[in-house]
Amino acid sequence: MRKLASLVLIHAVLLAGAAFTLLPFVWMLATSIKPPDEIFTATLRLWPHRFAAGENFRLALTSAPLLRFALNGLIVCAGILVVQLLVAIPCAYALAKLRFPGRNTLFVLTLLALAIPVQVPALPLYIALAKLELLNTYFSMMVPFFLSVFAIFLLRQFFKGFPDDIIQAARLDGMSEFEIVWRIVAPSAWPAIAAFAVFSFVAHWNDLYWPLIVISDAKLAPPPLGMMFFADAETGSNYGALTAAATILTAPLVIAFLFARRQFIAGITMTGVK
Amino acid sequence: MTRLDPVLAAQRAARRREWLEKLTGMGFAFPATLLLVVMSLAPLAVLFVLSFTDYDLGNVDLRFIGLANFSKALADPVFRQSLWNTFVYVAIVLPLAVALGLLVAILVHGRKHTRSFYEVVYFLPVTSTLIAMAFVWTFLLHPKLGPINAFLGALGFPPLAFLSDPALVLPTLAVIGVWQLVGFNMVLFLAGLTAIPKDLYEAAEVDGCANPIDRFLTITWPLLGPTTMFVIVTTTITAFKVFDTVAVMTRGGPMGASDVILYSIYLEGFQYFHTAYAAALTVVFLVFILVFSVIQTLVLDRRTHYG
Repeated sequence: MRKLASLVLIHAVLLAGAAFTLLPFVWMLATSIKPPDEIFTATLRLWPHRFAAGENFRLALTSAPLLRFALNGLIVCAGILVVQLLVAIPCAYALAKLRFPGRNTLFVLTLLALAIPVQVPALPLYIALAKLELLNTYFSMMVPFFLSVFAIFLLRQFFKGFPDDIIQAARLDGMSEFEIVWRIVAPSAWPAIAAFAVFSFVAHWNDLYWPLIVISDAKLAPPPLGMMFFADAETGSNYGALTAAATILTAPLVIAFLFARRQFIAGITMTGVK
Repeated sequence: MTRLDPVLAAQRAARRREWLEKLTGMGFAFPATLLLVVMSLAPLAVLFVLSFTDYDLGNVDLRFIGLANFSKALADPVFRQSLWNTFVYVAIVLPLAVALGLLVAILVHGRKHTRSFYEVVYFLPVTSTLIAMAFVWTFLLHPKLGPINAFLGALGFPPLAFLSDPALVLPTLAVIGVWQLVGFNMVLFLAGLTAIPKDLYEAAEVDGCANPIDRFLTITWPLLGPTTMFVIVTTTITAFKVFDTVAVMTRGGPMGASDVILYSIYLEGFQYFHTAYAAALTVVFLVFILVFSVIQTLVLDRRTHYG
């Protein structure tokens, strides 16, 4: 009996928290299918009298290039991730397995850089990009993130655990170091790479600060900045279209999360650094 | 005698390998080192130099003015308020996000069939685009149209201007910050809880430690120590960097009541183009972040070694 009571209490607490957590999502979906007159009468109704999803989503999609924002997000995130891996994997391997001058200095600098968020070098980088006339380009959105010291740090830990015997055997077989990195060592760290990929993708899909600084051309905006442009435009007070837009721009990551829950949770939390 | 001494040949081969290893190592590290210098170290140096000048973006020349930017910042009521607001925000978010994350983790940890359901629900805000959700929150909190005030009205309370009342705006933004962080912290705590051996609890039960609160205090809490430390530091850093909700929902208003440090830096540096002054503010920001980050890096180093 006491057990049942505590079980009820536990679920009551968890469900109350869950309801609060889901509130914005539920309200976003509910508003996106309501016609304006039902939005402007403050009620707690979720399902509308008149179903207006079609007009809200059509208005959202026609008054701003939402799909373009999503595509921009995809381009920027993919570009950043590819360069991050190309740069970090060989460096992590060198730090873990090769002896070369300056190795310890480089590792200490990596740790130092780990502690510096992008907002710190933002001013000098902005000045440099402005002088080079590179503002308002995909490149300017991606370039501060090409080096992920976190990826180097994480992969170095993984590579350190890779057996030296296998590397020696591969060397004796005549494999070059380049082949060893990309065909033997990197594939062995697949779980870490996948987790890092999720982390990187989520972080840059959702990043506002840096795109807000370097992008003023709406055609290049990634999802968060696009959302701001959208709200600043005339549709700003049309909550039906606004929530429809929010739904469209939130959906890709949320759907990906629902399908690959384990990888997402591993990716975002194994890092802990946001 | 054309054949080489085998010992000498082996030595030469070893030296060649060593030389090759050095060369490969430097080659592999070169792109990362270059980016590290160009994207982090050089900008950091430029930032420090700028903070001692009077440079505004577009100026042709600059003068060194010593610590004038820093003394101006410390005397500037706008910046002082944004610094104070940031601390208040952290002071609200930190205990709530850590305590609720721990509570939810402990409650979810014991569930069998419903565990994944709760995990998904609480983690959802972490994966969603905060900017999009910030607009939804603005609507939820709307004094006239929002369901939260409609609900308060139904209970007989007067409507609250969550985002335009100077006394309410920071706590409101902090609650949204907590909303976003609880699931993240829950997952970190769940990982910590899973690592605690089950037989410890059984042993405690045998020893007469049957009360769940006793069990929590004697086993769970001490063994979760490192996890809790880590969660506290990451939560502090995330909260200290609050920007998105302020930029979208309040723009620092009403009357600077929700101005925070990153938003001040953004305005000074990228809207008013007071570059040198913004550089000095960034240095102040960096000093605070660095204290937390150094602790985080040390903890992270330990976690990935033994975790």
